[in-house]
Amino acid sequence: MTSTIVIDKAAPTRAVKYGSMSRDRTWALRWSYFFLTLFAVFSLVPPIYMLITSLKSSAEISAATNPWWVFHPTLSNYVELLSSNQFLTFFRNSAFVSIFVVTITMLISIPAAFALSRMRFWGSATLATGVFLTYLIPDSLLFLPLFKMFAVFGDWTGIQLINRWYVLLFVYPTLTVPFCTWIMIGYFASIPKELDEAAIIDGASWFQTLTRIFIPVAMPGLIAATIFAFTVSWAQFLYPLVFTTSTDQLVLPVGIITSLIKGDVFNWGQIMTGALLGAAPPLIIYAFLMDYYIAGLTAGATKG
Amino acid sequence: MVDFALQPNSVPETRAKRKRASLRTALKRKSTAAFLMTLPLILLISIMVIYPAFYSLHLATLNKSMQRFVGFGNFEFLFKRETFWLVVKQSCIFAITAVVFKALIGFIVAHFVHNIPVKGQRKWRGMLLVPWVIPPAMSTLAWLWLFDPSYSAFNYTLSFFGIGPIPWTGDASWARFSVILVNIWYGAPFFMIMYLASLKSVPEQLYEAAAIDGANWWQRIWYVTLPMMRNIIAITTLFSLIVTFANFDIVRILTSGGPLDHTHIFATWAFRVGIEGGDIPLGASVSLFMFPILAIAAVFILRDINKRGNEA
Repeated sequence: MTSTIVIDKAAPTRAVKYGSMSRDRTWALRWSYFFLTLFAVFSLVPPIYMLITSLKSSAEISAATNPWWVFHPTLSNYVELLSSNQFLTFFRNSAFVSIFVVTITMLISIPAAFALSRMRFWGSATLATGVFLTYLIPDSLLFLPLFKMFAVFGDWTGIQLINRWYVLLFVYPTLTVPFCTWIMIGYFASIPKELDEAAIIDGASWFQTLTRIFIPVAMPGLIAATIFAFTVSWAQFLYPLVFTTSTDQLVLPVGIITSLIKGDVFNWGQIMTGALLGAAPPLIIYAFLMDYYIAGLTAGATKG
Repeated sequence: MVDFALQPNSVPETRAKRKRASLRTALKRKSTAAFLMTLPLILLISIMVIYPAFYSLHLATLNKSMQRFVGFGNFEFLFKRETFWLVVKQSCIFAITAVVFKALIGFIVAHFVHNIPVKGQRKWRGMLLVPWVIPPAMSTLAWLWLFDPSYSAFNYTLSFFGIGPIPWTGDASWARFSVILVNIWYGAPFFMIMYLASLKSVPEQLYEAAAIDGANWWQRIWYVTLPMMRNIIAITTLFSLIVTFANFDIVRILTSGGPLDHTHIFATWAFRVGIEGGDIPLGASVSLFMFPILAIAAVFILRDINKRGNEA
């Protein structure tokens, strides 16, 4: 018994083993960096290529020189787009839609999440599950019935919703509210019960408990949900493509695709500039609030 | 909720009556208040999600002008069309291949990020998540330009290696490859982030124990990492399968279903038939075929939620 222990603890073997492990570790690290660089290049090629092309004049693009390099950088594409009323209209529509949708989403999902996480009532558990399941129903399943519904609604009431940018305010919340409610339920449920019990005992109403306690405490979750709602409504492509057609009603993604591509003529410099400007708001938010962004992303699956 | 009901008893009698009264009214009106607070949500979901879902079932039974009931006529018509079966096949190929590769790449990349020192992880994670942040409609335009038939930057680069110009979006098989590639590019970061979060939650002691038992890296992944991550892998894959199955943006912008319908999937074909072709009932019938996958996913997710509910 004792002899085996002595052999096991033999000093030289141990030292060699330790050395090889640290060498393995160094190599593993080198390989990790090598592959990470490879994947990072794969991830960043399209956005970088957008930037490269956006700095080229159409003459340089059609000259078919090295596509990965800008020989005569110019900002003319940016100047042209940012001074075009049409593009600014797309940008304004997108901004309006996204801001309104974020507001509507928050107004609907915060009270609902509060009620579902704290005030159990008949059917509340089923409703919470149902909310999550609605998140799974994709836009491509609903666009046709919704289109028909809005058309019928227009016939009945004379209120024309098709081809108005504000129709999107009714439609986008179906994409944002379920998920935001779901992650807010998760955040609210993690707040200790003692906090709201204390508030109730001190005579706070339910509304006060929500605004004075839940919203401040769950602020990170709220920010994550806001970012989610904003990015979803900014990026949505199918609904605006179906519900809006005239150029003054289009939002950015659809606007760029339908107005900058004229027949078979692709003005790639401008298209890439527009795409980059369209990608800028989510990218800027992401750059500054990356942790909230990731928290929102992972909360959906880890908290439920 | 019982906690709340019991709480008033412990409040000393000497408390101001007004406070007790407000507490009692609050409790009395609790379910009403809760209902009112969830009412907007209930209305939104029933009017804009559940009603349209059933409405689309109804639409699928009408004829093109939506005046006559045709029963299963639309489906019979679809089953006889070759394009429909092509779309079914392509949707399955598209979704399954893309999800498998997204999951694989996400898993591998998550491991690499997890491997490097914690200090640098933030930077790499930040770079690798960029594809997920850019609106897919915008980034697909960049891919379309990278795949351009005459000015393709990829073909320019490949020509140095003596690889001839590749018809990225012009040839049926290459076009399928391209849409799947773009989808993988867009979706893999999501898996990476999910797996990374779950990798960090695997206790270090398990790996130490495995290392002491003499497990090599493969055994450590197979017997420690994968079982610990099983739940998150299942739910992420399911999620992604739904989203990929219902994908519209990438295929629409990159190929619009061409060449010769060889990249159409359910969503893009439903759009082509329903909106561009003006046959809303037929389009609705096509998009209804996305429903089975949804139902399967719903069953699994419900089971998962119930299981977690029991554990808690």
